[in-house]
Amino acid sequence: MSSYTKQIHRCFRCGYCKFPSDYAEYNCPSFSRFRFETYSTGGRLWLLWAWVKKEVEWSENLAKIMFSCVTCKNCVEHCPMKFKDDIVDWIVSARKDIIEKGAVLSSVRDFLNNIHKYGNPWGEARGKRAVWAEDVKRYKPGDEFLFYVGCVGSYDERGQRMARSFAELLEKADVSYGILGSEEECDGNEVYVLGEMGLFQELARKNTGKFKELNVKKVVTLSPHAYNVMKNKYPRYGTFEVFHYTEVLLKIIQEAKLKLSELNVEVTYHDPCFLGRYNNIYEVPRKILKNIPGIKLVEMDRNRENSFCCGGGSGNFVMDLLGGSEESPSRIRVKEAYETGAEILAVACPSCLTMFEDAVKNEGLEKELFVKDISELLKEVSK
Amino acid sequence: MDRVCERLARIVGENYVSNMKEELYIYSQDPGMMEPREPDYVVMPKTTVEVQKIVKLANEEKIPVIPVGGSLSLSGLVIPHKGGIVLDLKRMDKIIEVNERCRYVVIEAGVTTGRLKAYLEKHYPRLRFSIPDAPPSATVVGNIVIHGQGHLSQQYGFNSDMVTGLEVVLPTGEICKIGSCSVSPYWFSLAPLPDIAGLFLGWFGTTGIITKLGLRLYPRKKLRDIEVFIVEDPHLVPDVVYRVTHTEMAEDIFVNAQPYPPIFKDIIMMGICITGDSEEELEFKRRMIWNVLRTYIDSKEGGFMMTTPDVKRALLEMPITGTTRFADVMKGGGFEYCGPIIPVEKYPEAYKKLLELSSEYGVTYGNTCRVIGRGHCMMFAFGYPFNRADPDNMERTKKALHESNVASLDIGGVPWKPEVPAQKMIMARMDKNTLELMKRIKRFLDPNGIMNPGNWEG
Repeated sequence: MSSYTKQIHRCFRCGYCKFPSDYAEYNCPSFSRFRFETYSTGGRLWLLWAWVKKEVEWSENLAKIMFSCVTCKNCVEHCPMKFKDDIVDWIVSARKDIIEKGAVLSSVRDFLNNIHKYGNPWGEARGKRAVWAEDVKRYKPGDEFLFYVGCVGSYDERGQRMARSFAELLEKADVSYGILGSEEECDGNEVYVLGEMGLFQELARKNTGKFKELNVKKVVTLSPHAYNVMKNKYPRYGTFEVFHYTEVLLKIIQEAKLKLSELNVEVTYHDPCFLGRYNNIYEVPRKILKNIPGIKLVEMDRNRENSFCCGGGSGNFVMDLLGGSEESPSRIRVKEAYETGAEILAVACPSCLTMFEDAVKNEGLEKELFVKDISELLKEVSK
Repeated sequence: MDRVCERLARIVGENYVSNMKEELYIYSQDPGMMEPREPDYVVMPKTTVEVQKIVKLANEEKIPVIPVGGSLSLSGLVIPHKGGIVLDLKRMDKIIEVNERCRYVVIEAGVTTGRLKAYLEKHYPRLRFSIPDAPPSATVVGNIVIHGQGHLSQQYGFNSDMVTGLEVVLPTGEICKIGSCSVSPYWFSLAPLPDIAGLFLGWFGTTGIITKLGLRLYPRKKLRDIEVFIVEDPHLVPDVVYRVTHTEMAEDIFVNAQPYPPIFKDIIMMGICITGDSEEELEFKRRMIWNVLRTYIDSKEGGFMMTTPDVKRALLEMPITGTTRFADVMKGGGFEYCGPIIPVEKYPEAYKKLLELSSEYGVTYGNTCRVIGRGHCMMFAFGYPFNRADPDNMERTKKALHESNVASLDIGGVPWKPEVPAQKMIMARMDKNTLELMKRIKRFLDPNGIMNPGNWEG
């Protein structure tokens, strides 16, 4: 067992972890979805401790409770205790123990097996990874950026459109870049937070090995998940600079490499957890939106460090343990976006993009609220 | 799924009922020290009618029903001592109405204190309610049911004194309205009708389930500040409270003492909150309070503490996160307190006893008191953090808590939100006719004895 077992009893189950700063709504995605105390961070930690003490046995239900945590870090943000920074690490460590015992949910097992076998969570053929990008340049030494597309950008139709938009913007701005194509491996962020450390190490080594081989100095990622893992977990495997694509786009705008036309529309922006709470990048995407003439940025009540997760973290953009209900986080969030009066829900994460696309349809809002990634918006207005 | 579970699922939907081990485990305990006991089912109704159906089912099946809010009493008041159905009310979370001019709000039973605070701040910034020091996940109704106190209790009494109306599902399943709302669309007051709200306040859900609550709101001033008066002699505390309450200038008055950090040891801090719509108003109140304490300052028996902006911010926070952080003092994830309501004049005795018990049982302490009414009484917390991973420490803490309950009664106080053993201590000292009246009321309202059994049982 990992060292978390010596700390985990410190949770008082006070419930601050369920809320945003103003306490207006429940802000823990799994608690909002299921509402039993078991699905709050406190409930989860108490159950883990009970499991450690052998007061509860491992079960399918316990597995569902443990893996429905989307590791969005709302709890870390709002827990008043000194140990708060360790909470997600405790959950991840417990998952590691669970996985080592082979006691995972079938959806989690399939997710990890597919990545292990095929390099993506859907079990799609490796060769299909770059089908969307036949006309996109491959990275060659000397290019400024390696554009790391990631699994959602490579395989999901909506993610592919996002990736294509960003690639076109790089072309337009005359930035030298290239992708790895079918040689790209899953970034491993979800693998890490799901606790499969062996597979994570394998992925990190493969990716950094490839980067080293091609003498990559700068990587730009489409997904905040990839950005997070490369920035915070890859350094022990290799050294390179990592950027989220919005950082690169903002620089392009600031250097006036794109001319932007007017777009008179109200936009609300959703902070992805792995960009915001994990890496403190809140203003960069907003600055891009504010640079587009005509756009009026309206905030949802829950924004920045109080953002309400789409429910897709920890592999749930595939496993969807929180789906299937009006109380699913993505559906709650699109309703919140709609209530701002905005026509466009802007995102900066391919996982959020796919989660919200589905949620908008489920809510019957597809003619009233359009989910767009920032690069798509920028592409629309760039001349 | 067993038969009862199926019937419950037909009432609330299968997503909101569970008899799985994990839910039963979590709802078998609260963060305090009472022994856990698992329920048979956990159910989360959304409407009063669903609550009614569940209660009727429970009567048919003779199964206990335990209504649960935030599960934060710390004294095990919602532990299902005899199993049964835990009724988690947090899905009933509508804020139904705010009557701004009459200054009251009507809410459902699952509305948290955090949510009501945020709602009023956003939509009615000139109104507020009495916020307890419990975490924001505590429900307003849960706090009312236990006679909770909040930051307006010095001005307006117990939070339960602020009730303007109730909707209750009786133990036999009837839905009953209490107060003006029983004859009028308005929830402005319990008076002038016979006051039967008391049948449900302080009874810990043993006489019915409150599903809706009317609650008084109060003017919210633009500015709020705090002065901290410190003394070393506990015998001065009652007089300081008497003098400050006489001015009628203070909002909240609380008294804190703790051994850590060492510079605070043997110092008693009295937080005196003031509010105003202007700096002039604040300054006037500040001066009035300073004036009544001048003699203590001149004699050097007491004085106002310089407070940094960070300290002020922490003390003015609502709810105060520092109260919750007390649970991590031992890095052990727990604290419980015996919080009797005592005459303010008994503060020195209670304080002395707290130090004795802390020393005798080798446990550290934290003492927080809140003045209720204009010094009519105070809640005195014999607070002890404990380490869940240290059985010996837990055992000593349990003993200290038990002794604190005994001491509370000995000095003339009454334990607040008492654990079942402390309830028995209270009933043992209670006037016999009063106790018999309580029993009669309970039998009359709950003939099958299904409501939160174990509590208030003689």
